Amino acid sequence: MTVTLAVLVPLLPFLGGVAGLLLGRVAPGYARPLAVLPTLFSLALAVTVLARQGSGQAINAATQLTPTGAQPIDLSIHLDGFATLPAVLVGVVASCVQIYSTGYLRDDPRYPSYAALVSLFTSAMLLVVYSGDLIVLLVGWEIMGICSYFLVGHYWETEAARSASIKAFLVTKLGDVPFLFGIFALADDAGTFRIQGVLDAARTGHIHHPTLIALLLLGGVAGKSAQFPLHTWLPDAMAGPTPVSALIHAATMVAAGVYLVARLLPVFLLSSAALAVLAVMAAVTMIGSALCALAQDDIKRVLAYSTIGQLGYMTGALAVGDRGAAMFHLLTHGAFKALLFLGAGVVIHAAGTNSLTAMSRMSDLRRRIPDAFWTMTVGLAALAALFPFSGFFSKEAVLRAAETAAEGHLHHVPSAIGWTVLVAGLLTAMLTAAYATRLWLRTFMGSAAPARPTAAEAPTAGEAGSGPDVEPVPEHTHEPAAMRWPLWVLFIPALGLGTAVGVLPDYFDGGSLSPTLITSVLGMGLALVGILVTYAAWRAATEAHLRAHVAAVNAALDTDAAATEAIAVGARRSVEVPDPADPGQILLGPLHGPAAHGFHLDAVYYTLFVRPVLGAASLVRFLDRDVVETYVRGAGLAPRLLGTVVRRAQTGNVQTYLSALLAGAVVLAVLVAVGA
Amino acid sequence: MHLVYPAVLAALLFCVGLYGVLARRNSILVLMSVELMLNAVNLNLVAFDVWLRDALHGGQALTLFTITIAAAEIGIGLSIVLLVFRNRGTADVDRLTDLVDSLAHGTDNASDDGRDTVRNADGKAAA
Amino acid sequence: MSLAAAASQGFLSPSGVEIAFVLVGIATLGAAVVSVTTKQLVHAALWLVVALGGLAVEYLLLTAEFIAWVQVLIYVGSVVVLLLFGLMLTKAPIGRSPDADSGNRWAALAVAVAAAATLVTVVIDAFRSTWLDLDGAVQGSAEVTGISLFRHWVLPFEALSVLLLAALVGAIVLSRINRGRER
Repeated sequence: MTVTLAVLVPLLPFLGGVAGLLLGRVAPGYARPLAVLPTLFSLALAVTVLARQGSGQAINAATQLTPTGAQPIDLSIHLDGFATLPAVLVGVVASCVQIYSTGYLRDDPRYPSYAALVSLFTSAMLLVVYSGDLIVLLVGWEIMGICSYFLVGHYWETEAARSASIKAFLVTKLGDVPFLFGIFALADDAGTFRIQGVLDAARTGHIHHPTLIALLLLGGVAGKSAQFPLHTWLPDAMAGPTPVSALIHAATMVAAGVYLVARLLPVFLLSSAALAVLAVMAAVTMIGSALCALAQDDIKRVLAYSTIGQLGYMTGALAVGDRGAAMFHLLTHGAFKALLFLGAGVVIHAAGTNSLTAMSRMSDLRRRIPDAFWTMTVGLAALAALFPFSGFFSKEAVLRAAETAAEGHLHHVPSAIGWTVLVAGLLTAMLTAAYATRLWLRTFMGSAAPARPTAAEAPTAGEAGSGPDVEPVPEHTHEPAAMRWPLWVLFIPALGLGTAVGVLPDYFDGGSLSPTLITSVLGMGLALVGILVTYAAWRAATEAHLRAHVAAVNAALDTDAAATEAIAVGARRSVEVPDPADPGQILLGPLHGPAAHGFHLDAVYYTLFVRPVLGAASLVRFLDRDVVETYVRGAGLAPRLLGTVVRRAQTGNVQTYLSALLAGAVVLAVLVAVGA
Repeated sequence: MHLVYPAVLAALLFCVGLYGVLARRNSILVLMSVELMLNAVNLNLVAFDVWLRDALHGGQALTLFTITIAAAEIGIGLSIVLLVFRNRGTADVDRLTDLVDSLAHGTDNASDDGRDTVRNADGKAAA
Repeated sequence: MSLAAAASQGFLSPSGVEIAFVLVGIATLGAAVVSVTTKQLVHAALWLVVALGGLAVEYLLLTAEFIAWVQVLIYVGSVVVLLLFGLMLTKAPIGRSPDADSGNRWAALAVAVAAAATLVTVVIDAFRSTWLDLDGAVQGSAEVTGISLFRHWVLPFEALSVLLLAALVGAIVLSRINRGRER
């Protein structure tokens, strides 16, 4: 029974998505119910599965899909706490996003295909979560990748969205190639593609090349979960619609890499080298992304870098061998990051821009969008890991695991790895608090310049800020209900998921996840330091540059949310001018420039990889066009010349033809006679 | 009698007919040459029939049949030539050149200008 | 022609029949050559009569009497007459016409000479030592031919009559002037 329900969980959104794709053009009226209802049913079923399964023994069910000659591929389901809990998270976030999208993309002509792709994506993610077979998991993994590609490129009219979608696709595929080989090598050692079989093999020591396999798998994990050095696609992927960023690029898909490592952690634990790579990857990702987040101007890019950093926490937890902590952080992060992205969508809609600089010139944002203000405040507090919000508990669980490893209590994890993760984690906790504070202050605590603003701003921010009696553009006094209520739904887990800290170990490996005193004090203290320093810097910067002029580009405000964002995506490059009132600039000092550009990693990659590839491509084009094609043309030219010659023989005179024919016959007869 | 005599005579007659077919301009003369070739074959048939003393006299029977068929052939052939002559105003073999590749030789058939241009267009499209 | 002339010198017990055959053969061949080379079209048809008649004599010498008469009746009597009618109906010029031969003449000559050389070589090589026995029972009298024709070859004979009928109808259909459609 549980198995049947679990099979239905990914199947329902899949059917909904297929139906949406088929019917989208014929019957657009059905697009909304087809998008929302299957996802809601799927959520209900996922909750039922969680309730029935509880923290009991893992359930395995399998039917052979196809014999391959070596290891067969099974259509199997593996249900335990690591599967059922993330499934519920995916269901909750997907439902919220689908409902939110009905309001956000209200007037978008491509809404049916968009919703169908989101449904398809949801189905693929649920498949990844429930699957008990690595090949089937890979299928879901790749479907997610292609859905991400399409959804990032939703505003394909803009150059930024087009290149971002291609970049996201290529970079994740770059990771997927070693991932595929890793799966094959793993199955070859373990003798099966079943995850249960792989784990049994790992326990009994039948995995003969753990380091090689783990490193190959890490390639795919780094690509999917946006870990250094393959993280560069995620900030650019923010060119997609905000709900997509919330679902795919914050809560679920990027967590798939972490999820996979968590499922296969016993394999990784066999290799200290892989764990060390994982730890270094996590540390570099955490600190680097936090610095970048502090320097970004685009609200969504700040959130994107923070996602990379939080995923770094999860990989850090995995590097010290505690998958319970990693999954805990995955759950809480999924909730509060989805909340933050959906809230950011509301903010962008209301402000008409996604530039923090422009928002800091609007004084009334928190009054115009109170829902987003309150929920995002809690979400940012959770991100900054303030007690008692959910992020505090999960981050402390990670830090506690790192501390345990650092003290050398775990025989399979060297203490150096523990120290790396612990130090990086604490440092990142401070930086996270700093950029969360900066985001909050710049977005909601803006103050309009008293002087009349420039013409571009005149109809919107300027008038709205000149006094409470002047009404801002009326459409923006209230967002659609469909865009407000998902925020409050996600508000609940963002606020209260930390209370589950006592229950969750039963679902996972059983190790305690509750915070310890030392790390709590250290983490909270550093976070408070970050907050206070940022606040001070913000005060100083605002005082000094109150009247600084900024050339913000505001979208026309009478359009719907998605159209506003589409314009904002297209205009993003033009507003990237340093703002002296930015506290991040004071805090980072000379680092600000590089950090704002992601430490120029894109430029490095361009020099190292893109340019050689382009050179090779032009070489191939030369070879193809000037060398190979010469032969092809010659092969066409020779028969043509021959044809011109032979054509002269077509005189139309029957006697000539007959003469040639008979001459040939005579020659043949002579040849036969001589030969005989 | 030596068999070589009729055989060589038949071969030579055949070749004379061959020359006529290939060299004559008037199509009725071409038909005459065809008759010569047929008769050469008939001579061979009779000679070999006599040599082999066939019980069924296949050679002579076949000769009779050939003569009959030749008569039919000359009737049909002549009516075709008449038809061509009526349509084209000529019965010269080397002026009935509708099969010419006009792209390589240009149009030399004045009576078919319209069709030639159509063929020209086709030929250019194909090229 | 020179070959046939050489053969007439008689290197193998020349009998009277052989001598007659060779002489008539030379005449026949000469008539045929003139027929295909003459510039006068009507003369060509008349020389054809000579050649076909010579062949009829050859048939007689080969003891095939019935065929000889059929040859005279059908070829000389009807086919050549038909050809003459054809020449007239196509307004063939009377007298010498300089363009009786087409431009293909030299190619035709080459092909014909090559074919003749090949065929004569092969035939002489093959039948160098073969003799016909003309002294036994008559091979081609009307009686013998009739018996074999109506005893063994009835079915082809009848089929041939259908073919003749078809040719007759075809010739009529092809050559009649359809005034109704032209106008």
